[in-house]
Amino acid sequence: MNMPRFWREKQGRYNLVGNRCTNCGTYYFPKRDICPKCHRKSIGKMEEVRFKGTGKVVSWTIVHDAHPDYKDMRPYIMAIIELEEGPRLTGQIVDCSLDEIHTGMRVRDTFRKLSEDGKDGVIFYGYKFRPVKE
Amino acid sequence: MRDVYVIGAGTTRFGELWERSFRDIGIEAGIKAINDSGITGNDIDALYIGNMSAGAFINQEHVGALIADYVGLAGSLHIPATRVEAAGASGALAFKEAYLSISSGMYDIVVVGGAEKMTDIGDEMANYITSMAIDQEWETVFGATYASLQAMMARAHMERYGTTREQLGMVSVINHRHGALNPDAQFQREIKLETVLKSGYVAEPLRVFDMAPLSDGAAALVLASGDVARKYTDRPVKVKAIGQASDTISLHDRREICTMDSTVYAAKRAYDMAGMGPEDIDVAEVYDSSTIAEIMAIEDLGFFPKGEGGKAVEDEKIALGGEIPINTSGGLKARGHPVGATGVAQIVEIVKQLRGDADRRQVKDAKIGLAHAVGGSGATAVVSILEAEI
Repeated sequence: MNMPRFWREKQGRYNLVGNRCTNCGTYYFPKRDICPKCHRKSIGKMEEVRFKGTGKVVSWTIVHDAHPDYKDMRPYIMAIIELEEGPRLTGQIVDCSLDEIHTGMRVRDTFRKLSEDGKDGVIFYGYKFRPVKE
Repeated sequence: MRDVYVIGAGTTRFGELWERSFRDIGIEAGIKAINDSGITGNDIDALYIGNMSAGAFINQEHVGALIADYVGLAGSLHIPATRVEAAGASGALAFKEAYLSISSGMYDIVVVGGAEKMTDIGDEMANYITSMAIDQEWETVFGATYASLQAMMARAHMERYGTTREQLGMVSVINHRHGALNPDAQFQREIKLETVLKSGYVAEPLRVFDMAPLSDGAAALVLASGDVARKYTDRPVKVKAIGQASDTISLHDRREICTMDSTVYAAKRAYDMAGMGPEDIDVAEVYDSSTIAEIMAIEDLGFFPKGEGGKAVEDEKIALGGEIPINTSGGLKARGHPVGATGVAQIVEIVKQLRGDADRRQVKDAKIGLAHAVGGSGATAVVSILEAEI
């Protein structure tokens, strides 16, 4: 991942900023210029939203074969999370033991290091999720 | 729209072909298909090449022209060559583009190739490149891999429908059983269920033997218009229909994660175009990039009701001799999965079956066959239906 490519998406990755179609009310993460439900009617009607960051696990896996940048974290939990406002996203679950993770688990976002560009390169930060104690 | 026929088919052996280059395998497949059809270079109007990622795998782009050159069609005949990319559906989509170029009336005879050379680099890098077909900005950047998305589909399918770990494993067992009958397959050895269940985890619950391998290989077809086809062969295979559909690039944005809507829509479009339904299909090649992908495919193509794919596999309804033999070639798992070649190789297998040339893995009286290819985690699907006219 190169710097400009990461940097231009930092609002979404740092702050969970997405948007909402004011024509139909649907929330989107990441931001979309056009609402897939309203098409033309949504142009100019997409409103920026910062998500609360709470949601639940829809499905999950424990990754053993990872890409080079994520090898040191193995084994780690990846999940699809449904945010309270509706949209789904993919992220790691941290501060959670491997036998604790389950479908339906309530989670909230946390700001963490994602990876780094080699030993001397920049560090990439963004959201991960951790369990919410009931 | 003019009728289009397959009049020639060929593949290389699939596997780790270290002594052979990208161009070597592309040419071998092309020449086999051309020889099979009986045409000569002068008869060819155009070339379409399915390839996912030669730029990343071998640092070579512009592979349409490259193959045209080394197959001897560029420097003297200057025939047009077009590369088509849609990740794992690249070959299937190249087939569709070739079909359209003939059915439209523009060309009469077209060669379709698919090729990928994946083993010149290490496994870790190769897996990273195949994951470029999923969303790089919102999936892989957070640590997701291609296999991890398949694993999340598997978990959801198991939790919702009661699909078992053993049923997933049986997909691999049956594909290896079929692969053992295919002299071009990467793996020609039967395996036991325990082998799958004891192999190391890739992404839980999926293990090494749930996943298609990294492979080198190429496949090619010669297509011709209806009036031309009979001049070259007395057993042409008709392309009855091709359906294609898209879905969101990220798995998490889909309506469902244990139904592949792109497959459902591509299949519906193909069945409608052919005036057929899933009950008319005698043999099918489906996209088993993982064992769960095959279970979802046989449901989403309509061969079995949703949620009953795992049981159908357990009952061996998809094995040779079963209700509907699936992946008689060995599938992606055992025949091998050179990504850009796969969609073309699937059609080569269906053509062999419909002509009665499938030897020890022949499905008796196969008249209508289907091929199904998927790009990424399901953002593209292509379904093709072919019929023997012999």
